[in-house]
Amino acid sequence: MIDLRINKLAVSVEDGTTVAAAILAGGIGHFRSSTIGSPRGPLCGIGVCFECRVTIDGVKLQRSCNVQARDGMEVETDD
Amino acid sequence: MTRVATDILVVGGGAAGLSAALAASARAKVTVVDDNPLLGGQIWRAEMGKFNSPAAKGLVDAVNSGEIRVINNAQVFAAAARNTLLAETAEGRSEIEFEKLIIATGARERFLPFPGWTLPNVFGVGGLQALVKGGVPVAGKRVVVAGTGPLLLAVADYLRSKRASVVAIAEQTSASRLGGFAASLFRSPSKLVQAAALRAGLRGVPYSTDCWVSSAHGEKALEQVELKRKGRTSTIDCDILACGFNLVPNVELAVPLGCEITDGCVVVDKFQKTSIANVFCAGEPTGVAGVDSSLVEGRIAGLAAAGDQDGARSLFAKRDRARRFGEALNRAFALRDELKALADDDTIVCRCEDVAYGRLTEFENFRDAKLQTRCGMGPCQGRICGAATEFLFGWKPGSVRPPIFPVKMENL
Repeated sequence: MIDLRINKLAVSVEDGTTVAAAILAGGIGHFRSSTIGSPRGPLCGIGVCFECRVTIDGVKLQRSCNVQARDGMEVETDD
Repeated sequence: MTRVATDILVVGGGAAGLSAALAASARAKVTVVDDNPLLGGQIWRAEMGKFNSPAAKGLVDAVNSGEIRVINNAQVFAAAARNTLLAETAEGRSEIEFEKLIIATGARERFLPFPGWTLPNVFGVGGLQALVKGGVPVAGKRVVVAGTGPLLLAVADYLRSKRASVVAIAEQTSASRLGGFAASLFRSPSKLVQAAALRAGLRGVPYSTDCWVSSAHGEKALEQVELKRKGRTSTIDCDILACGFNLVPNVELAVPLGCEITDGCVVVDKFQKTSIANVFCAGEPTGVAGVDSSLVEGRIAGLAAAGDQDGARSLFAKRDRARRFGEALNRAFALRDELKALADDDTIVCRCEDVAYGRLTEFENFRDAKLQTRCGMGPCQGRICGAATEFLFGWKPGSVRPPIFPVKMENL
């Protein structure tokens, strides 16, 4: 299992889980807010649409669908 | 910064790219760059790090066996010179010099705007499958699968295997077009077996042709979709909508390299060579035709790039057959005009910049709309709205300028 934190909450996921999947599995659908403030979550699932972008270990605008969860990762949604 | 020099560079680690790399590796030093953590591309995307398809596993293992240099998690973003591409990796900027280049960048889904399509838990069809392969749990979730194409059945079947409750499959194409396509499958028995297996797996799931999602509703996330069929509207409660309308070739690397493009596809000769002397292209960017076509095109490109013209020539007939299947597929699932009228004036079309449909109707082409509204200027660089406005308004997608993907300033 992989232990990471999403919005400061501890989450455990299986090896091979993407960050997007870890977020969705935690019941969060709102990954980012659009320019007019509407909630957005993943669409394409393959790193094209950028709707799933979140902050990972302090680095903004990471496509969470294309990044595998790792131990100790700090993920912030809607950041 | 790192520097790599290789005889043949393959961009894309899906079916076409893997097949090309392996074919070329007998005679040349080959490097594969791919933007995912694992090889396999989309159709063969690994599930929690493992490959379901024996064919995929075999090819990925062969490419990973050591002879071929594989660079994962690398986003190619520009060409530095005629024979050098730039990629961004976790370590920073990478310059990759090549003698010959094989573009195998695959395809993405086309999404069409309808009221509510930006709600969380509205995904693409392949998009949802990719997410589930990455660990999204769908057991017990009520899922509507909608849009068009053979992907709908394949993904519905996959979701059921993950214990999702597929409550409806809405296929926009007509029963008669679909029937014609099914009849054409008798010429390719392996496809017929696949189709029959899918049908059996989906027994009990309501499947409608001539049917599409006209709107999605929910407070903070999806709760309900409205389906339209033959003038009648019905409402279905659901947790997830998977909706996609065929595939769009990824040509964003081929365009700035100067490769000739026709109807959104990279033009190639019989040897999969583009209009640029040392650049080949294989798979979906030459025209969406599915995995069999990608594999054989990749092999031809790999052999030809490595100088084995006779080997390449021996595969022409096989390639042409696979392409004909792709063409039949595209005819069967051509988009109906009614889908152009789904968006309201305030429906978002450009999701990055929040540009609504009504605003776009003031313009005559993508370029003007982009200059006046910022449509297509967000991080996806028009990859989503460009394919939508192409269908909605007949606009040619905007020009692609490097960097073709957003990169950190320090890596530019």
